[in-house]
This record gives sequence, structure tokens and C-alpha cells, in this order.
Amino acid sequence: MVDDLYQEIILDHSKRPRNCHSMEGANRKAEGYNPLCGDKLKLYLKVEDGIVRDASFEGSGCAISTASASLMTESLKGKTKEEAIKLLDKFHDLLTSDSPAAKDLGKLVVFCGVRDYPARVKCATLAWHTLRSALDGVDAPVTAE
Amino acid sequence: MSALVSTLQTGFDVEKIRAEFPVLKQKVHGKPLVYLDNAATSQKPLAVIDAIRKFYEVDCANIHRGVHELSQRSTVAYEQTRAKVKQFLNARTKNELIFVRGTTEGINLVASSWGRKCVKAGDEIVVSAMEHHSNIVPWQILCEEKGAKLRVIPIDDRGELLMDEYVKLLGPRTRMVAVTHVSNALGTINPVREIIELAHKAGALALIDGAQAVPHMKVDVQALDADFYAFSGHKLFGPTGSGMLYGKAKLLNAMPPYQGGGDMIRTVTFEKTTYNDLPYKFEAGTPNIAGGIGLGAAVDYVNRIGLDKIAAYEHELLVYGTAALSEIPGLRLIGTAREKAAVLSFVMDGVHPHDIGTVLDRMGIAVRTGHHCAQPVMDRFGIPATTRASLAFYNTPAEIDALAAGLKKVKEMFA
Repeated sequence: MVDDLYQEIILDHSKRPRNCHSMEGANRKAEGYNPLCGDKLKLYLKVEDGIVRDASFEGSGCAISTASASLMTESLKGKTKEEAIKLLDKFHDLLTSDSPAAKDLGKLVVFCGVRDYPARVKCATLAWHTLRSALDGVDAPVTAE
Repeated sequence: MSALVSTLQTGFDVEKIRAEFPVLKQKVHGKPLVYLDNAATSQKPLAVIDAIRKFYEVDCANIHRGVHELSQRSTVAYEQTRAKVKQFLNARTKNELIFVRGTTEGINLVASSWGRKCVKAGDEIVVSAMEHHSNIVPWQILCEEKGAKLRVIPIDDRGELLMDEYVKLLGPRTRMVAVTHVSNALGTINPVREIIELAHKAGALALIDGAQAVPHMKVDVQALDADFYAFSGHKLFGPTGSGMLYGKAKLLNAMPPYQGGGDMIRTVTFEKTTYNDLPYKFEAGTPNIAGGIGLGAAVDYVNRIGLDKIAAYEHELLVYGTAALSEIPGLRLIGTAREKAAVLSFVMDGVHPHDIGTVLDRMGIAVRTGHHCAQPVMDRFGIPATTRASLAFYNTPAEIDALAAGLKKVKEMFA
């Protein structure tokens, strides 16, 4: 059923996204764009001593992409750059691999339902693609292609 | 809602028609399929499926080549489609009809062949703000190549063309006015006869994108005085990869070939090649023969029902659907033109079209979500995307009720 996709926590974060604002003093920024649906996202990071001290985002998108960005920014705070990339890979695995390891994903496991909606995987991964380019320090907009 | 149902007056036997579309009989996610994505592609009646099957089972051969029986049969069946479309659009001769893969290829053919020869630096091409990307990008490519200018007719909040602004755009450098007959994203029916007349007065030609028009209304290219008119078979209940470009013979004759290859030549030597006559000059290579034959069956099918009846019934569905959706709080229709085809494009407060599309899909309801290959239309209305229900004559008021009920469920989930 469609409720497997739109779990309570996803609906909650889509209606009341956390860390949804621009950031003064961010030292890493990146933009994400999904040309299929027009979703746009700006990600702000404050990285000090290799650790993500703060993360926020702005943008307009569907419930899945908004909740994904919201939960992502929550889970990034306090992580080292390496830990953030590891989390990104695990999240990507959760949505795309045949035998995902849900370990260490915390709340992010709620996105496991997206696997059954292939047309929506890009909605869930937009924020994470943007995270990769922010961490890489690439300023050009990335797409969820 | 039932009071509204009883107001459908056309006496259209929709159940009988639905029985002729095998795809409509299925369940999707355990619910009866409600197919409301007809502006993207339409479903195919048995008559079309049978014509394609017969071609592959009985008549399959290449056309215009062999003297053998099968080639004769294939050629006759394929060429009959040209004759049928000539009648269907009321062209003067069947030589004015070029087989193409669809509307997109038809427009590209004109932009590339006519444009290459007739457009020069400083010339102007006029399109409208409600065009599908396929009636924007080919002209942009041409303009870039030639140093010509693309001018855009603006639209108002209802989604109607601003005709006063159009008149102002026309000038001595206007070479072509390329406008859609019916907007795929908004449903607007444009006053193309007037648009063409004004173009001609300015000394320009007019190309009409008929993709969304021919499945829903009678089109007469002579009455319109269109110079070019393109449509797709797959939106007319025919096969994908089939379609026709109509062009006035005088113009087509003066245009260089679009693609080179077999069938489009008369004689070939390494020194010089001479080209075939119309329409073959523009039909290089083995075409989509099965698709062309299927298109003929689709034209027959639509003629049998009657476009007047189709238009009347679909208009009733549109009125019914507009009323049903307008009852939903927070829903805003995008495209409220006074002359409108059966397209219901809308946005809902606080809910993204993709989420609407996914929830409806799980209820068996197929709609289109996104920018509908018309990003400038979305920009005009300041929205990233819409949800679009586009209707055909096999849709029913009960299906619109299902859509409305689905949207109420969407609201509950995301409100």
C-alpha cells in the first residue's frame, strides 16, 4: 500500500521540514535540480576541522525529496566528512541495491519503501546527490540524473 | 455527483466503446484502471491492433519496391492511409501528406528543410508561450544557425493567447508563425484560423501543431488555410511512431529534401542525384509500415464514431470534471480558457504533483505529473509542475468521480 512509502515520519518531515532555511557563514554550498519534476534544492554546510557542524537546506519539492533533505540534514550534524560519505553510500544502497544493509542508517530506514517506486528514487536521492557535490566543493548545480 | 451524471446528454454509448479497447479491462494495483493520460498517449482500439497484426501475419513486405504480391498488398495498405488522412484533414491532394514519426518529426522537417532554404539572418519566427518543447526547440536551433530571432506570443492568466500582442509581433521580417492548435498543458483551443490569416497578411507562413487537436475535433486544413499542419498517430488512437505532416504542395515542392536515402530519389549517380516527386521526396528509407497502416485503421475508427460526437461527449466530460475538481478545497485549475479541450491541469495547496501522481497510481488512476514538456508554461504560472488529467471519449463520469475521490484522499494524507 501507498502507506509503506509515505510513512508517518516522512509525512511529518515533509510537512514540517527541519533545518529548512539558508545559513549565514556556511562554507560549503551546492544546488540540486531534478529536471523531471522541477524540484530545486540548495544545501548549506558548515564544515570545521573536517566535521559537519551544521547543515540546512532550502527548496521546493515533493514530500519524498523534502523529507529526505530534512532527515539528511539532521543526521549529518557532528559527522566527519568521511562518515557523511559513508552514510550517503549506505542510503543510496538502501534505495537501489538488491540486498541493502539497513544497519547504521537510523531514522533514514523509513525510506526503504521508495525501492518499490522506481519513479520516485530520484526524489529521495536529490538531497544526497547535492550533499556529495557540497562535500566535493563543486559549485555547479547537480542533477538527480 | 449522480445529479451531474444524469446531465450527460449526448447519448454516447461509452460502455460499447470501452469494450473495444482491451487495455482498459485491466486492474492496476488491484483497482480498475482509470486511464486519464490521453494527452501523453491514447489507448488503441482492437481495429488498430488487428490491422497491425494482419500486416505482420499476412502482408509483411517492404513497400514501393517489389513486384511480388506481398509488396503490392503492403504498398496498397500503406498508401491507403495517405488517402484516408487526405480526406480526414481535407487536403487538396494526397501528395501534400508526408509520413513522419510524429508531430515532432513533422515540425523538425519544416524547420530544417524550409528553414534552411528560406530563413536568413535577422528574420523572425513567432511561436507562443504555450508551445510544447517540440514546437520551440526546432525553431531555436534554426534561429541559432541562421542568426534569426524567436519571438513569443504571451498568454494571459486563463491560458489564452494575447492576440493584440501577437499582432504587434508580426512585421516585415516575420517568416513563420508556429503555434499549437490545442495546448497540451492547458487545454486551450487557439483561434488558429485568425492566427493564420494574420500571419499571411504579414507575408509569413503558418505551421500548426495539431497533436492535441486531431483526436478531439474536426480539422480542415483548407478552411484554416494552414501552410503546414502536423499530428501524431499515437495520440489519435493509432500506433506510436506514426504521424503525418500536411504541407501545401507549392511549398513542399520548393523545399529541399529533409533526409537522403532510398525511396526519396529518382536517379542516383556519384555525379548527381535527382529527387523523387512529392510526397516521396521527404520519405527516405523504409518507413514504419505497420505504424502507417495502423494509423489508417485509427482514422477509420475515429470516423466511424464521428468527431462531432466525440467532441460533444468530451465537452460534457470536461464540464463535469471541471465542476467535480472545483469542489475540492485548495485545488486550482491551471488553464481556464473559454475555448478548451478536455484537459484538467491543476495544482493543490501544499501537495507536490509527484505525490499526487503516486497516490493516484496506487488507486489505479493514471495521470501525468510534471511540466508536460512545456516548461515555459510552468514558468508563466510560477509553478514547477502540475497534475494533469486528460480525457478521451472512452472515459466516463464515474472515472472522474474516482479521480475526485482520490484527490480527497490525497488531501487527507498531506494536509
